[in-house]
Amino acid sequence: MKWGLALFLTIATLVLVAIAWFQSGGMKQHAMFSATTPEAAVQALMSDIQSHNYQRAFASLDPASDTDLPSFIRDVAGSDGSLRTYASLQSADVSPLHANQDEAVVRVRMNWSSAVGSLDDVRDLRVRREGSVWRVVWPKPAFPAVPPQVVSVNYLRWEVIGRNTSQAWGSQDVDSPKVRITSMNAISRPGRVVILGEVENEDTIPAYLNVNATLLKADGSPIEEEGSFDMISHVLLPKQVSPYRIDFPGIRMEDVKSVRMDARALLVPASADPVIAITDQAVSKDGLNRNVLKGDLINQSGRPVNIAQVLAAYYDDSGKVIWVSDGYVDQALMPQVPVPFAVDIPNDIAQRLKNYRVIVNHYSRTSS
Amino acid sequence: MMRVTTMFLIMTRTRSGSFYGRARLLAVAALCFCFLPIFASAADLHPPATVEAGQAFSIPVQGSGEATFYLVGPDHIVKRTVKLGGDLEIQSGEVSSAGRYQAILCDSSCTFASFQVNAAQPAHLSFFLHPSRVPVSTPNSIDATAFVFDRYFNLVLTPAVVDFRITPASGAGFSQRVPTHHGVAWMRTSSTAHEGRVQVTAVVGSVEEARVVQQVAAEACRLNVRAVPSGKMIALETDPVRDCSGNALPDGTVVSFTTIDSAGKSTVDTPIKKGIARTEISVHGRAHVSVACGVIEGNEIAVNGRL
Repeated sequence: MKWGLALFLTIATLVLVAIAWFQSGGMKQHAMFSATTPEAAVQALMSDIQSHNYQRAFASLDPASDTDLPSFIRDVAGSDGSLRTYASLQSADVSPLHANQDEAVVRVRMNWSSAVGSLDDVRDLRVRREGSVWRVVWPKPAFPAVPPQVVSVNYLRWEVIGRNTSQAWGSQDVDSPKVRITSMNAISRPGRVVILGEVENEDTIPAYLNVNATLLKADGSPIEEEGSFDMISHVLLPKQVSPYRIDFPGIRMEDVKSVRMDARALLVPASADPVIAITDQAVSKDGLNRNVLKGDLINQSGRPVNIAQVLAAYYDDSGKVIWVSDGYVDQALMPQVPVPFAVDIPNDIAQRLKNYRVIVNHYSRTSS
Repeated sequence: MMRVTTMFLIMTRTRSGSFYGRARLLAVAALCFCFLPIFASAADLHPPATVEAGQAFSIPVQGSGEATFYLVGPDHIVKRTVKLGGDLEIQSGEVSSAGRYQAILCDSSCTFASFQVNAAQPAHLSFFLHPSRVPVSTPNSIDATAFVFDRYFNLVLTPAVVDFRITPASGAGFSQRVPTHHGVAWMRTSSTAHEGRVQVTAVVGSVEEARVVQQVAAEACRLNVRAVPSGKMIALETDPVRDCSGNALPDGTVVSFTTIDSAGKSTVDTPIKKGIARTEISVHGRAHVSVACGVIEGNEIAVNGRL
């Protein structure tokens, strides 16, 4: 009986120690230092990145990797207040592309979670065998450096002086900006109804804009009301046109008789800076064989843009808006530096699209 | 004059000494006002049939001794003890609100009479001018509405003429005289062909109130882009962007440049600065360039490499 209790306590202690070791990453560390396959090496590297253990991740790289720790951290964790700096690695899917005795190429699809949704980062990593252990060769990230210079920015800025509330009835005030929905299209998508189109600020002052849609039954009663949320450029400068998309999940098109649209604009302070060029736009396939609209964003101003969102409107051959998609760019837009972007296009839309138009929403950490 | 029953008089006189709150006073006055036409007949109070707001006047009262006087107006009630056998003075502040008034005098019996207080001479204007911005050459786009009030902010219901004087930043001004209907005068006019500040002044007698409409350029017209070499890139530049009346579109208005070359499509939304929109873009080989401002499209040009 006495020996039985001692044996039980010993086994229980060993089990608890094993659990603790497993949970603290010991298994991963073991897998890393004893990665017997290229996939295991990449998987171990991703585990370290996921746990923000960049030093251990860097230590596990192949010595042939022509990078240093700060560059590696900047590459995987982001910098300059970009969206990546606020994101965390949620999952990583690893798939081998080809391999031989000493070297392999492994495709990793990193899925980063952020406040604005998930972000995909697909990379093809070279993995080399060193003795019995495989190690990832991390390519040296190329961070374009802008030559030191002074960029003069003298774009217009609008400020608003509102009406004094103590003034008498009938005293003068400044009207809200005039905006106009220039197109609206209701389409049926799997499991939802989508309202999309374009809206223009027709005024000579900037507008903060929200577009809402209410689906109506045949008797005129509302089914549901939704707003465009982030599928619109909320701040529109004079004569600027933005696409919008409003999703109604769980609604069937057969139930909808009509749609009531409502574009509400507020007068807000705004700046015409920065100007962001969208260059080399083209529809192509990405590494996962999905239809994407790719291009580069170039911040033509002198101040970094921390977070950029690309909004794309797609038109059929009659000029009707048939889809609106968006994508956030996880890198900051440094002045004059091209930053690639890609937004998904559904297959059926890609077959029908004739033209497209892209605009950029931008958010800077310091007030504009 | 109307005379109430003895029972009601006793009730009023015995309870009136304990009335301290304004609400109670109001209740009694309302009660008097409601019951007097039923139980009494007017005879002794002779106020003028109509009085101008804020105009002091007197009502002669006969008899001797003291009585309680109530003046029930549209938004206030006055109660005071008066001596009979003289003139009952009504102060200007007691008849500052326009409307129907009831004068009630109670001693051993109650008498009452009613009179009308009309608004005084125009002294204030509440002037609404919409919109605050309007594109040039837009028919019937400016609405002006003036409400005429006296110095006590009673709406002046007697017809008056409001003179709307329109003064554009350039060109001759004009005016439009509009009579009020129930205290309100309004007019509608078109914006002129030139941008700038337009002052609209509403005038009644010596009272005037000014508002401003900003006439702004309409849609772009004959939007034209040209390409000029700029180092390793190509600069795309518009001619001065104007509307069809020749007014320059304001700085900050967004102009969209689009180029299509072998590398794909490039777009830049750039604001007008000093009258023109300009951007620099790299072009690979032969390219097709177009320009638009809002929903207005401009010309299209073909450029070849670096020019």
